[in-house]
Amino acid sequence: MVRKGAWVRIHKIILQPQERTGKLPDDTKKVPLELWTKGFLQEDAQLGAEVEIRSVNGRRETGTLVEVEPYYEHDFGMCVPELLQIDQQVRNLVFAEKEASAHV
Amino acid sequence: MYEESQLLEQQYTESEAAAADSSPQRQKSRSYDSVMAGKSEIMKAAVGIDYSQFESGGMAFAYERMMQEIGYSLEEMRQIQSDAGVGGTPLLELKNLTKLARICAPEGKGARIFIKDEACNPSGSFKARRAAIAVYHAKKLGYRGVIAATSGNYGAAVASQAARAGLECIIVQECYDSHGVGQPEIIEKARKCEALGAEVVQLTVGPELFYEFLLLLEDTGYFNASLYTPFGIAGVETLGYEIAEQFSQKFGCHPDAVVCTNAGGGNLTGTARGLRKGGAVDTQIIGASIDLSGLHMASDEAFNRKSCTTGHTGFGVPYAVDPDHSDVPRSAARPLRYMDRYVTVTQGDVFYMTECLATLEGLEKGPAGNTSLAAAFAIAREMDQEQTIVVQETEYTGAGKHVQPQLSFARGNGIDVRFGNPQEEVSGESVILPEHPSQICVKELDLDRQRRSLIRRNLQKYTISPSEEDLEYLAEETNQSRDWVRQAVEEISAELQVCSCVRS
Repeated sequence: MVRKGAWVRIHKIILQPQERTGKLPDDTKKVPLELWTKGFLQEDAQLGAEVEIRSVNGRRETGTLVEVEPYYEHDFGMCVPELLQIDQQVRNLVFAEKEASAHV
Repeated sequence: MYEESQLLEQQYTESEAAAADSSPQRQKSRSYDSVMAGKSEIMKAAVGIDYSQFESGGMAFAYERMMQEIGYSLEEMRQIQSDAGVGGTPLLELKNLTKLARICAPEGKGARIFIKDEACNPSGSFKARRAAIAVYHAKKLGYRGVIAATSGNYGAAVASQAARAGLECIIVQECYDSHGVGQPEIIEKARKCEALGAEVVQLTVGPELFYEFLLLLEDTGYFNASLYTPFGIAGVETLGYEIAEQFSQKFGCHPDAVVCTNAGGGNLTGTARGLRKGGAVDTQIIGASIDLSGLHMASDEAFNRKSCTTGHTGFGVPYAVDPDHSDVPRSAARPLRYMDRYVTVTQGDVFYMTECLATLEGLEKGPAGNTSLAAAFAIAREMDQEQTIVVQETEYTGAGKHVQPQLSFARGNGIDVRFGNPQEEVSGESVILPEHPSQICVKELDLDRQRRSLIRRNLQKYTISPSEEDLEYLAEETNQSRDWVRQAVEEISAELQVCSCVRS
């Protein structure tokens, strides 16, 4: 059970595939237009239930409850070793004034 | 090559707008057709501008008068921005990058490269300049909140300025594909908007984002802090003006060239207007976009095959040749009026130069803003060592919005990230990092072709027999002589008549 007042994320379908405009590429026409937003849950509810939220601006929005206390998962990514090679290469060119091979 | 396929996604707005003009007062309904039919009405209430006062009734409209009467004076804007902590950013000389350019250039070539460190603005990009004016205006008119449809840095800029002004704020983003996978660069921008107190509404791919945007405008009564109003564009004039001013103070002259990353056209338009106001009338204005030709901007599958979400040709070309398909009736961003040259670079070039900026100049910045840097690095090598070239922006960087997560995301999506010849990069399939900086080159986009495309769209939209006033307007729109325009109109009209005969 998710308690009233919890900070949550909801999801809703804005347009079903058949409601989408005609001039889209075929791949986009086949899928719905979806929306996500966040707010404070207005009543106790289970995950997956249709709920109402109040956004930080006080706006009411309804949708399916998909996440409680959502957090950001984006990060600085996996190591990309090529970036170190670029660093070495251009530092050698500029500071050591010598040709460096592209691949160390 | 770009415009025909990539404009498809925007064409619906024109047909809907036409429907709106002829529709009676609509009943309040939330259906797609009903909301789109009420577009003009909703927009007028949300931007507080009666655009009809600048219309001729046909093709021509009074652009310059609109900019003068609706915007603020340069002095007023500088004051508004200064009060909001915006502007006055440093102009830095990139001595090590200049040295690298000279190593890769013929003897005597390699202009001095400068960068305007716009990431120093409160929200981390030049967009704070636009937002400061739009939010000031919204507050003056008594709006309770502001709303902007953007997946770019403008969202954080509006959120930041709204927070300072005590206004509510909603940012609407195109963020996810149909599998719910988001572009890390856009997710970071959402985080920043939320950190600045805004509500962020995130959508999957598709131009019907505009429908949700209209619903939100109607429901909230907020001000539409569009990127394309005169306030939004004029706010960038201070950037061009500062470059002219800082250059004059330091060197007693104006820069030979200024490179602007071109997407929606506002950055280039505002900067060029500001440079002129600052007296830099001979400075060459160069637009630069990342080449993403071949990727459809409204494609769900292509969405996450892009490794840069802005500053690319998918926005740059359609908005240049048809500025009026934005979210206002007449856009104030009209880059073909000001552009002397339009070039593209590759994603690999931009990522490479972003890394160079960090490791050689100690400036860790976001990649999209470095589109113009990659172009400047290539163009500097064509110029004499005594000449100067200015990159007019940097943008903030962070998790997701950084060379490493963007390349890592690309690799995770099966994009071939490797060293090689960047000219062999294929959008959506590969990101090719140059093996050596001397491989970073620009590709010219044929400006005459863009100009003719703009004329063609005007002839198709309004009339194939333009009046003298229309011809003068097209001359201003394309920055060409009346004779050049007359000749182009004759040729394109003839082509259009042949096409229509063939069809009938």
